[in-house]
Amino acid sequence: MIILKLANPVLAIVIAPFLLGVINRTKAVFAGRRGQPLFQTYYDIFKLFRKGAVYSRTTSWIFRTGPLLGFAVTLTASLLMPFGGLPAAISFNGDLILFIYLFGLMRFFTVISAMDTGSSFEGMGASREVTFSALSEPALLIGLAAIAKCTGFISLNQMFSTVVPGLWISSGAVLILTAFALLIVFLAENCRIPVDDPNTHLELTMIHEVMVLDHSGPDFGFILYSAVLKMWLLGQVIIGITVPIHTHNIWIDTSSAMAAMLILAVLVGIIESSMARLRLLHVPQLLIGATTLSVLALVLR
Amino acid sequence: MNNTADLIMIFLVLTNLMLLGLSRMGACIRIVALQGVVLSFLPLILNQWNFEMHLVLFSIVIISLKGGVFPWMLNRTLRELSIQREIEPFIGYGISIIAGTIAFLTCMWLSHRLPFPQPLMSPLIVPVAFFTIMSGLFLIISRKKALTQVLGYLVLENGIYAFGVALVKQQPMLVEIGVLLDIFVAVFVMGIAIFHINREFDHIDTDQLSRLRS
Repeated sequence: MIILKLANPVLAIVIAPFLLGVINRTKAVFAGRRGQPLFQTYYDIFKLFRKGAVYSRTTSWIFRTGPLLGFAVTLTASLLMPFGGLPAAISFNGDLILFIYLFGLMRFFTVISAMDTGSSFEGMGASREVTFSALSEPALLIGLAAIAKCTGFISLNQMFSTVVPGLWISSGAVLILTAFALLIVFLAENCRIPVDDPNTHLELTMIHEVMVLDHSGPDFGFILYSAVLKMWLLGQVIIGITVPIHTHNIWIDTSSAMAAMLILAVLVGIIESSMARLRLLHVPQLLIGATTLSVLALVLR
Repeated sequence: MNNTADLIMIFLVLTNLMLLGLSRMGACIRIVALQGVVLSFLPLILNQWNFEMHLVLFSIVIISLKGGVFPWMLNRTLRELSIQREIEPFIGYGISIIAGTIAFLTCMWLSHRLPFPQPLMSPLIVPVAFFTIMSGLFLIISRKKALTQVLGYLVLENGIYAFGVALVKQQPMLVEIGVLLDIFVAVFVMGIAIFHINREFDHIDTDQLSRLRS
């Protein structure tokens, strides 16, 4: 039983970087390129872990703890999340709030370690990140609240195991609205294209990239790893709503969820290759739209 | 939440919120047209798809007017204009969406407190109809361009129509046809008026029109 419970965090650690490879491969196919290897993110992370870190003399211990804490926090969050047939390792009433605010904690540490460098450039990125996350957090919180109201449970484990095809028939509209809102949150929180372009190194367009510019070596490896873990976990929230397969056969449930995850990654790749990045001024509008969808889902139930 | 009427209501809410957040007038015209067409199926759905002659005829008239004639006239006006989008409305798009959400919550709360003579087909119809009326009014007061204000007027009418369909079991055909005719004439006149305003002043900013007298 303990193996079953720990299977999900282990899966997250092993497979999460692969998701980024799938997204990049989809984008490459759309652009007519061969693209990087599917396992490029693993190579990057290993390369970074073997290197040494460079620290500026103006930074303090905050700068060094930031990436480590971010990684630890995302790992903790992965303990709370069920996936397909695999139950969550830890589950209690109201753990969805802990789940959301663990990401808040991670963001806080990313932001203060960016501020710690004393660079005004990183301060700008931090300010943007905080602005946009202040708008996407209500969308996530209210969206999960809508699902909780729909299913009648307030712990992630029970909530997602109650999302069955029957619930889709009785309140499909609520689930569609929430899933759409959460997809926007997924794109915004993971710095994907309509909000932030993960490929740019231009001053005016980046949000997340700016904040981590001064991190190097293992620290940057941890940041990369926690970013893909965060993507995996937020993806699990969407999969938990949209793929209501609960056959009590662990293999079928988990492999269908895994396939859905790959489809989600391909979908993100398609969105990234078919859309342009929004102007920075229009991003809040998109996020307010996502919050509105969540509120509607909560009210309509 | 399971019947088609509820889905139409949710569609109505989403289109209203989109109208509040969009600046391109062409897209707004298409959305209002779509809203009208989808709404025209409402009497048929509320009658359990009993194809009575007058209901079907009524739906066909509404579809051809709201889905065909109005968008055609408005698009023709839009082509003549120098601008394609609403620039700098009195209330910004983000705030408009937030205001819309708050208005919707208020409408939900309000409809819980209203006593109705007979049970309604769908609990959502009244709040959503109210909300559509309110967002039409909001579009009229918060936008500057005459064309968007005409669209707000059409949204307002959609709301009134939904409200009427929900409350009145037997469609008072004559009344509805009369209202529809009024709106037809109104949109016709406003289309011509916008065209002439544009030709005279090179813009359709109603904000600046109020200063003409001085």
